Amino acid sequence: MIARGFHIERGGRAGAAWALAAAVALAAAPAYASSATLGLLAQVFAYIALASLWNLLAGFSGLVSVGQQAYVGLGGYCLFALTMFAGVPPLLAIPLAGVVGAALSIPVAALLFRLRGAYFAIGSWVMAEVFRLLASQISALGGGSGASLPIRVVAAVAASRQAREFAIYWASLALALLVIGLIVWLLRSRWGLALRAIHFDEAAASANGVDVRRVKFVVYGLAAFGTSMAGALIFLQKLRISPDAAFSVNDWTAYVIFMTVIGGVGRIEGPVVGAIVFFALRLTLSDLGSLYLLMLGVVAIAAMLKAPKGLWGAFAEKTGFEFAPLGQRVVYDNQTGKPAAAAGGQGDKP
Amino acid sequence: MEWANSILQGVLTGGLYALFAAGLSLIFGVMRLVNIAHGDLIVLAAYLALVVTQTLGVDPLTSLALVAPGMALIGYGLQRFLLNHTLGDDLLPPLLVTFGLSVIVQNGLLEVFTADSRRLQAGGLETAAWPVMPGLSVGALPALQFAVAVAVVGGLQLLFYKTAIGRAFRAVSDDAETAELVGLDNRHVFALAMALSLAIVAIAGVFLAVRANFDPSIGPARLIFGFEAVIIGGLGNLWGTLAGGIILGVAQAVGAKIDPGWQLLAGHIAFLAVLAFRPEGLFPRVRH
Repeated sequence: MIARGFHIERGGRAGAAWALAAAVALAAAPAYASSATLGLLAQVFAYIALASLWNLLAGFSGLVSVGQQAYVGLGGYCLFALTMFAGVPPLLAIPLAGVVGAALSIPVAALLFRLRGAYFAIGSWVMAEVFRLLASQISALGGGSGASLPIRVVAAVAASRQAREFAIYWASLALALLVIGLIVWLLRSRWGLALRAIHFDEAAASANGVDVRRVKFVVYGLAAFGTSMAGALIFLQKLRISPDAAFSVNDWTAYVIFMTVIGGVGRIEGPVVGAIVFFALRLTLSDLGSLYLLMLGVVAIAAMLKAPKGLWGAFAEKTGFEFAPLGQRVVYDNQTGKPAAAAGGQGDKP
Repeated sequence: MEWANSILQGVLTGGLYALFAAGLSLIFGVMRLVNIAHGDLIVLAAYLALVVTQTLGVDPLTSLALVAPGMALIGYGLQRFLLNHTLGDDLLPPLLVTFGLSVIVQNGLLEVFTADSRRLQAGGLETAAWPVMPGLSVGALPALQFAVAVAVVGGLQLLFYKTAIGRAFRAVSDDAETAELVGLDNRHVFALAMALSLAIVAIAGVFLAVRANFDPSIGPARLIFGFEAVIIGGLGNLWGTLAGGIILGVAQAVGAKIDPGWQLLAGHIAFLAVLAFRPEGLFPRVRH
């Protein structure tokens, strides 16, 4: 028998157990939390989904977009159109909005991928502006001034007010879990390996047989799918939509970037931590108005320059703990007393 | 004749867009930096001009004597103490730091000047016009603005190819490491490029402020117009950028003529069409 002296494993069972426990506790929240808390948590979940998807693009795939509000708005408008004009049940309209977003992302990506690097970022913003201007031409949905979701559509979510709140809460939690699950699955698959190869050196990845264009299309499409669903959900929470709110760069991109940078770019846990910190800050400082945004800008710049790994990155490096490790680690089985050594955490660059 | 008038106004507006674009194009050319705060800095320059005109009682164009050096100084400091630290192989830091800067400038202006719209008065220059023929006239301000845009682009071209600093710009652009080896101080050269970019931003800001109302929120749209002019014209070609600005201006004017709601959309569509059919731009740089 050949003794290699070590084996390779993913690890992270403890992290998975903690994550599962947290998910169960959150799923049971309607039993013990107030209606205001549920509403707030539902918003946090939606932002966790948005920030995780932005992180998938910018942190893992090198596609820095400042135009994801295009899909938030698109998702919101799909929800309104599908429920008001096609009689689709609101909760079913959410995944349908995701499908519309994913389908539309194909021609959009075909155009935007012609712009490289930083110009892709501004190009994505132009695209979001185009979406906003087109939405304000839809007179059936109130044109530039927007529309409210009719009572009959709201009632179609669930009969009682409390049941509606529960349904929207669970839908938001499910979306956040689905998005994080999808991203972890994607990054652990061969797509994830390809992504990391592209991120480190696009030319080398391409030379080694990675179809760079195809990988980027898939990632961009997946992000569009999730972001559109999040958009539909957000405007189901808000019950009112207008082009300026739906395609707001502040609400759907600036905040999301702030969360991801503070939490830790390029880590699964980063956006989750960032979203929680962001909402905690907002609860205490939101009275400051534009000063609050100004502060967020300063903090984001300082974090980018002084602590580019973010809060979670600093924590993970100190403790070696990850909820959802993406790398593999080598575990020594021999008796030389050599301890199990951690190798290849997701933040390490070869 | 109405159509001719619209198109003429579009061409002249294109000069302003070329001014938005020139500073953007310059720093991308020299250090591959895309400044997301570019539009907000244009608006900042407009507010600086507002303060100078109000305190000194001078007209907006004279205020440039102070605003342009002021913006250049801001640009030099910004690059030297902040943006130089973001340059490297990774795309994310410069983008996110300039994005953060955009949020800071926008909300800082909001805090100081409120959301009210402002306008600079240029003592009758805004309304003066020369009739070309019956029904077709050229406004003095748009004409001046167009002439200034041509002068700025021409001046940049001369600076790049005929002066020592232009040689340094081209050297760090071609190969920053080698440029450093032969004695250039890259951090200083980059900071000079940003200073020059923001001096042009100052000119753009003053014309913007005389031409139309402005408020702290309009920066991002200026960034987008400048960006579209750069891409339509072709990366790295300054005269192409002027042409790109003109095409964007004409597209918007024609769109507005069809339906006022289509003004901006028509400009974006022109940009997307160029991206679809000629992704390298209409006038890509010819290698000498």
